Amino acid sequence: MNNHLLKVPFGRLLQEHPYAGDYFRSIGLSWKDSLLTPAELIESVDEETMEDAGLSHEQMRTHFLEFMEQASALMKGSRRRLNSLTVIGGTDKNGRAENVELELRPGDIMCIVGPTGSGKSRLLADIECFAQKDTPTGRTILIDGKTPSQEERFRFENKLVAQLSQNMNFVVDLNAENFVAMHASSRMVVDIENTVAAVIECANELAGEKFERTTALTQLSGGQSRALMIADTALLSSSPIVLIDEIENAGIDRKKALDLLVKKEKIVLMSTHDPILALMGNRRIAISNGGISAVIETGEKEKENLSVLEAYDAKILSIRNMLRAGKKIDFGMEEFLGLAEKAL
Amino acid sequence: MKLITVAGPPSAGKTSVIIKTAEYLSKYKGKIGIVKFDCLSALDHRLYTEAGLTVVTGLSGNLCPDHYFVSNIDDCVQWGLEKGFDVLISESAGLCNRCAPHIKGVTAVCVVDCLSGVDTPQKIGPMLRYADIAVITKGDIVSQAEREVFAFRVRQANPKAAVMFVNGITGQGAYDLSFSFDEASEVTSLEGARLRFSIPAAICPYCVGETDIGVAHQKGNVKKMAFKEAVPNE
Repeated sequence: MNNHLLKVPFGRLLQEHPYAGDYFRSIGLSWKDSLLTPAELIESVDEETMEDAGLSHEQMRTHFLEFMEQASALMKGSRRRLNSLTVIGGTDKNGRAENVELELRPGDIMCIVGPTGSGKSRLLADIECFAQKDTPTGRTILIDGKTPSQEERFRFENKLVAQLSQNMNFVVDLNAENFVAMHASSRMVVDIENTVAAVIECANELAGEKFERTTALTQLSGGQSRALMIADTALLSSSPIVLIDEIENAGIDRKKALDLLVKKEKIVLMSTHDPILALMGNRRIAISNGGISAVIETGEKEKENLSVLEAYDAKILSIRNMLRAGKKIDFGMEEFLGLAEKAL
Repeated sequence: MKLITVAGPPSAGKTSVIIKTAEYLSKYKGKIGIVKFDCLSALDHRLYTEAGLTVVTGLSGNLCPDHYFVSNIDDCVQWGLEKGFDVLISESAGLCNRCAPHIKGVTAVCVVDCLSGVDTPQKIGPMLRYADIAVITKGDIVSQAEREVFAFRVRQANPKAAVMFVNGITGQGAYDLSFSFDEASEVTSLEGARLRFSIPAAICPYCVGETDIGVAHQKGNVKKMAFKEAVPNE
């Protein structure tokens, strides 16, 4: 381990590793003298204070060094690239083989469709833990064509998957700006100020209704929370794989959200009942009875239909905006939706 | 027999995590026994027996729960050996957040939950700081960003621990944890073993039944407050 860090004065240490002070602040230690070294700071804590805090001098030294090592690994980790993710089929609930091998690459969107309870979330869970025939489905997940090592599977730092789940509650009592800043600092981001601005601006592009940097998280609507989390995942999370469980009814611009994740070279897997989302990807997985029953390529006609659906969706969205603006929806709806000709 | 100590604040999800993990563990490890340490009452034995696990409960009652734990854990090991368990898991709540039943050479787990707030990891003492594995529960309820922040704070409190997310309801992550349990070392007796950190000191008249308040009754281990008023931003 890098023992010399203990002997570098804080002034210089913080220039090279801005996060180095976090460890000491988290245990309530501070320093004023920039010439002081971590070793001296630790030594200055008396026995009784240590005992009260449930620590020892030796433990504090090793924990600090370990923290520094992991922090630098975390910084390197954010540059982690993934070339492919492979899903090799297992069996459904009756033990019938899935006979599937799927390869996904950065920028791919794969939708997962099927009735409630059919096993969509299980597929996402298999990917999340990089199943190796050891989950109920017997599926195998490969990373860059290879079996991930135990270390890769189980170390939190190596988690390649960010999960945007259906329940997305904020339990911290902070405003949007401070919250994103807190996340950024735990990801060792250097330019926190600009990162926070970018995440909030991006979230506001996705959200139907805009929110302020100073809006409390608990005051965000469901759609705004979703938008903030998607922007945060795209811009701040290092995970190259994003699993999304049910994005619909969130009042956000779903197409923009997906475009953003694709642009950030994420592999997106999304379980959905929403026809627009389902047709947006190049392929979709149909699940029934706990197993993959089909992998469907999005056909030409489907793509044409998608643009029709999108046009409709845009119209519905504009009605929503009119409602928000306090306008009346008393115009000819059939004509507005283009249903009039059909009726004639 | 492998021994694993699991600790964590009340309602963090220790029992659920243990049950889900034992499901996997029993597949490749065989017989599993559980010792549940609690203070006043515990109903968790029902959950354990429903899951087909053999369990004994120890109630500390009027006594400091972790002192009770230390005085009994070796007897638990002997019980486990007699019953022929392959793995024995003890569950205890570190009620003052300072206690830690962690024993040198015995795999130690601390369970904390995301809902308890991002500052919680730094409020938990040796129970988290000296654990080998930190299990985070209820991650499905909070946002991805909060999960990441929470894990980072846990890591700050104990950079040496392996950090894992386990969902006590669906069991997601329990396989990963069972894999770590499998690495626990074999124990035949704890005679001569040592705790990883001291348990809070006690011994004052109130420990032995004193109820009167006043200077005349403050004897033995007495510690007085410093009354240093807090200054903003310090």
